[in-house]
Amino acid sequence: MEFSQKLILIAPEILLFCGAVVVAVLGLSTAKSVRKAVPLVTALFLAGAVVTTVFVYGNEEALASSGLLFPGIGLFVKCLAGVAGIGLVALGTGSIDRTFENAVSAGRTPFDPLRVVRGEYHAFLLLSIIGVMLICNATDLIWLFLALELSSLPTYVMVALSRTSRRASESAIKYFFLGAMSAGMFLYGFALLYGATGTLGFLEMREALTALQASEAGLPSIAIVGMVLALLGIGFKIAAVPMHFYAPDVYEGAANHMTGFLSIMPKIAGIIAIIVLCGTFGWAEHTTISPEGTAMTQEGLPTPVSAVLWMVAVLTMTLGNIGALLQTSIKRIAAYSGIAHSGYMLIGVIAGTENGIDAVLFYLVAYAIGTLALFGVLSGLSRAGHEVESLDDLAGLWRRRPRMAAALALAAGSFVGLPPLLGFWGKLFIFIAGVESGHIVLVVIAGVNSAISAWYYLHIAGVPIVKMTTPRSEALTPQPNGSPRVVACIAGLALVVVPLFSRNIYDLARTSMRFGELQVDGTPEQTAGNTEPEPLLGRRD
Amino acid sequence: MLTACFLIIPLVTAFIIGISPARAARWIGLLGGLATMGWGVVFAVLYPYWTEIPVEGGELAQYWPTKDAWNIVPLFGIDLELGVNSVSLLLVLLTCLFAPLTVTASFTAITERVKEFYIWLMILTASVLGVFIARDVITFYTCFEVSLIPGFFLVAIYGGPDRREASFKFFLYTFVGSIVMLAGLVYVVMRFAAYEGGWLPETNGGVNVWDIDALVTFARNFLSPGEQAWILLALMIGFAVKVPLWPLHTWLPLAHNQAPTAGSVNFAAVILKLGAYGVYRFVIPMVPEAVVEWAPFIGILAVIGIIYTALVCWAQTDIKKLIAYSSISHMGFCMIGLFALNPIGAQGGILYMLTHGLSSGALFICIGLMYERHHVKDLDRIGGLARRMPVWSFFMVFFTFVAVGLPGLAGFVSEFLCLMGTFVAASPTNGGYPGVLGPWYGIIAGSGLILGAIYMLYMVGRLLFGPERIPDHADDHDSHALPTDLNFREIATLVPIALVCLFIGLYPTPVLKALEPASEHLLAGYPAAVEAITAEAPAADGTLEQDGRSLTLVTKD
Repeated sequence: MEFSQKLILIAPEILLFCGAVVVAVLGLSTAKSVRKAVPLVTALFLAGAVVTTVFVYGNEEALASSGLLFPGIGLFVKCLAGVAGIGLVALGTGSIDRTFENAVSAGRTPFDPLRVVRGEYHAFLLLSIIGVMLICNATDLIWLFLALELSSLPTYVMVALSRTSRRASESAIKYFFLGAMSAGMFLYGFALLYGATGTLGFLEMREALTALQASEAGLPSIAIVGMVLALLGIGFKIAAVPMHFYAPDVYEGAANHMTGFLSIMPKIAGIIAIIVLCGTFGWAEHTTISPEGTAMTQEGLPTPVSAVLWMVAVLTMTLGNIGALLQTSIKRIAAYSGIAHSGYMLIGVIAGTENGIDAVLFYLVAYAIGTLALFGVLSGLSRAGHEVESLDDLAGLWRRRPRMAAALALAAGSFVGLPPLLGFWGKLFIFIAGVESGHIVLVVIAGVNSAISAWYYLHIAGVPIVKMTTPRSEALTPQPNGSPRVVACIAGLALVVVPLFSRNIYDLARTSMRFGELQVDGTPEQTAGNTEPEPLLGRRD
Repeated sequence: MLTACFLIIPLVTAFIIGISPARAARWIGLLGGLATMGWGVVFAVLYPYWTEIPVEGGELAQYWPTKDAWNIVPLFGIDLELGVNSVSLLLVLLTCLFAPLTVTASFTAITERVKEFYIWLMILTASVLGVFIARDVITFYTCFEVSLIPGFFLVAIYGGPDRREASFKFFLYTFVGSIVMLAGLVYVVMRFAAYEGGWLPETNGGVNVWDIDALVTFARNFLSPGEQAWILLALMIGFAVKVPLWPLHTWLPLAHNQAPTAGSVNFAAVILKLGAYGVYRFVIPMVPEAVVEWAPFIGILAVIGIIYTALVCWAQTDIKKLIAYSSISHMGFCMIGLFALNPIGAQGGILYMLTHGLSSGALFICIGLMYERHHVKDLDRIGGLARRMPVWSFFMVFFTFVAVGLPGLAGFVSEFLCLMGTFVAASPTNGGYPGVLGPWYGIIAGSGLILGAIYMLYMVGRLLFGPERIPDHADDHDSHALPTDLNFREIATLVPIALVCLFIGLYPTPVLKALEPASEHLLAGYPAAVEAITAEAPAADGTLEQDGRSLTLVTKD
C-alpha cells in the first residue's frame, strides 16, 4: 500500500503530535495566562483529533488498501480515546498547585518550571493517547510493540509528575519496572510468533497460522507459547491476572486524576491490542452467523489460547473483586474494581463472536464514563489539602455536595450493573455474547462476581449518602478548580442518558469491526445472514 | 401511555418534591400518592377484561392495553412494554392503595431529611408498580432492581439502630438472587432468539424475544426437562429471596424490624409481593415440567417455613420482629397455594398476595403509630393499652383477625383457598392438573394456621389487655403533641385498608371471578406437562412436535 494512504489514516495522531509539541512549549511560558491555557489547548487538540478521525475514516479507499486487520476499528477507538482524553485533561486541571502559581505571578517566588509547569504533563498525556490510537493502525508486530510502548512510556513519567509526594515517585518506579518486564514478556512472545510463522505482518501471520492449524501437526508449541506470552504480557496493560499486582500500589501512589488516566487509557490500549492479536490468532468465524441465528462456533481461538484466556478472565474478575472487598482506601477499591472489569471484558474476547467484540467495545465506553465520574469526584474534592483517600472521608457528602454524591452513586451503580444505567447494558451485552458462544460457566462466574462486587460498590454509593458527617470528613472541601466536578456531573448524567443511545454506540462498534472483516476476507455481507449492508458511519434503523 | 402513567405520576411527584421546600414535601407526597391511587381506580374501572381473557387471532391476549411499547434501547430487540392483566392489576391497586397511606403514616414520624424520604417513597412506589405492569423481561428486571435502591436508603437512613446491617443484608441478598434470575432469563431469551432466527423483530418476523408471554410460551414448549430444571433453579433463587422462602428469609426480619414505619409497610405490603408475583409470572407458566418435578420440594420448604417461623414468632417479644416473621410464615401459604398447581390453589395464592399485603401493611402501620407515642416495641415493657388507646386497639384487633384468617375477613378467603388447593391437589377429581402436593402438606400447613392464631392473639393479648405497662420516658419526645389515641389523619390511614379487608372477606366473588380465567391461563401448560412426564416416550420430543414447527431441540448435553 502507498505511504500516503497510510499517512492519511494516522492524521489524528499527527495532529496530536503537533499538539504535544505546542503544549510542551506553551507550558514553559513565564506568563501565567499562557500556562493556564495549556489544558484548554490540549483539549482542543483532542477534539480536533476526534473530528479528524471521523473525516479520515470516511475515506473508504484508504481504509480498504490499508492492509490492516481491522481497518475500521480506529474509528471507534480514536473517538473514544479522544473524548475520554478530554475528560481526563479536565480532571487534571485541578492538580496544579494554586498557591505556588499565585506566588509566582505575584513575584514572591521565582519561576520554577519543575514545580509549576504542567506543560509536559499534558504533552505526555497527548503522547500516550497517540500510542493508544496508533495501536489501531498496527499492521505488524513491530508497530504494535512500538505503539504499546508509546502509550506506556509517558505514563511512567506522568505518574511521577502527578504529585510532589515521594509516594508518586515510588509508584512510578514500581510501574516502570513492572511495565518493562511486561514489555519484555510480550516482546518475547512476538519473537516466538515470528519464529513460528516467519512473518511479522498480521495478515500474513494469520494466513500462516491458519495453514499451520490445518496441517497434520497442528500448531507448533512455539507458536502457542508465543501467543500466550504475548497475551499475558499485554495483560499488564489491562491489569489482568497474573500481571495485576502493580495496580493497587500504583493507583494509590499516583494523584487522583492520574489514577483516572491509568484506569482508562492503558485499558483501552490493552483491550484493543488483545483484540488485534486475537484477530490474528483466530476468530475465523468472526462475522458469520450460524443458520440457527445466533449460536456461534467455538473455533474462534486456538484451544490453548482460549483456555489460557478463560483462566485469566476468571482469575482476574475473582481476584479483583475479592481484593476490592478487603480495601478501605477508595483508590485501591477502584484499582481492584478496574481489574475485575478487565475480567468481564475478556469474556467478550473469548466469545470472539461479532456480538462479543462489539460488547467489549461497548463495555469500554461504559467503563470509561463510569471511571471519569468516579475520579472526577475524587479529584474534585480535597481533604484539607490532601487527597481523598479512605471511603469514610466521603461520609456525609450528600448533605454538602449532593451532585458529587449523586455522581459517585451513579458511577458505582453503573459499575455494579444496576439497570437502567449504562454499565448494566454493557454487562448484559457481554453476558449475552458469552452465553451465545457457549461459555455458560464463564458467564455464571461473572454473574457471581457481579454479585460480590455489589458489596463494595454499595459502600461507595451508600457511605456518602447514608452516613452522617464525621469530624474527619468535615474537612472535605471542593478543589478550587471546578472542572473535575463538571466532568463528574457530565459523566454521571451520561450514565443515565447514554443508554438511550446505546444503539448508536453499538452500531459504531459494529461498523468499525465489520468494515475490517469485510475488506480483509472479501466476505460479502450476505454471509452475515440477518444483517444488511450499511454505510460505515450510518446507523441502521 | 395509559399504563405508563403509573410510572410517571410517582416520578413526577418525586421530582416536584425535589424542587420544593422541605415543609411542603409531605403534602406534595400525599397529593402524589392520592393521584396514583386515583389513577389506579380510574384504570381499574376502564379495564375491560376483569372476567374473561380475550382471544386475539388464536392466541390468548391477556394483557391490556395489548400493545403499549417504546423502543428505547433497541439493541437485541429490547423495548419497553407495559400492560396489565387482572392479576397484576389487583397488585397494582394494592400498591396504589398504600401509596398515599404510607405518606400519611409518616407525617409526624419523619422529622429529618424529610424531602429525601418522600422522594425515596415515591421512587419505591414507581418501581414496584413498574414490576407489576412490565410486559418484557428487561423492564421487569430493571424495576425489580431499582426497587432495591429506595428500599436500601429508606432503611439505611431512617432505620433503627441496626440499620446499616439491615440495609446491606437486604440489598445484597436480593441483588445476588436477582442476578441469578437474570442469567436464567437471558438464557431462555437467547434460546428463543436462536429459535426465531434473530434478536431483532426485523429479522425474526416481528417477534419481540424479550416479551414475557412469548418467552413463556416458547419455554414451556421447547425447553428440555433438564434445561427447565436449571431455569427453575435460577428463577427460584431470585424470587425465593424476595418472597421469602425458608431458608433464604434471614434478611427479612432485620430489614422489616429496622425500617421506619413506611418502609416496613412497603416491604411487607408490596415488596414481598414482587417475589410471589415473579413466581406467578415466570416460574409456574414457564417451566411446567420442572415445576411438576420439584413442586414437592418447594412445598416442603414452604411448609417448613410456615411452621418454623410460626414457632419463632411465638418466642418473640419485639412486636415488629414478630410481625416480620409472621410475614414469612404467611407467604409460605401463598407459595403452597401457587405450587398446588390447580386453579383453586392458584387463585388462593394470588389472592393471598393481596390479603397479606393488606393485613401486614396495616399491622405495621398500627405498630408504627403506637411506637411514635411510646418509643417502645418490646412486649415485656409495654402492655394493657386498650384502656388508654381504644380506637387504636380496635384497629389492632381487627387487623390481627385479618391476619389470622377470621372468617368474614379477607385473610380467611385466601388462606382457605390455598389450603383447599393443596389438600385436593392429589385427588383424582383434579381435572388433569398434576397432583404433586397433597393432604399432608395441607394438614401440616393448616397446623401453622393454628400456631399463627396462637402467637398473634398472644401478642395482642399482652399488648392490649392486662395491667397497663407504659415506659416512663414516654411523651418527652412528643413535642408535636400527638393525642393519646389516634387522631383523624391516623384513623383515615387505617380505615381504607379495613374497608377493603371487610369487602374481600364478605363478598370475594368479584375478585375471585377476575382471578378465575387468569389462574386457568396460568396453568394452561400443566395437563400437557403431566402427560409428558408420565408418558413412556422421552418427554422433550413429544412436546416439541405438537407445534408443527421443525426444530431440532438441543438438549442439555
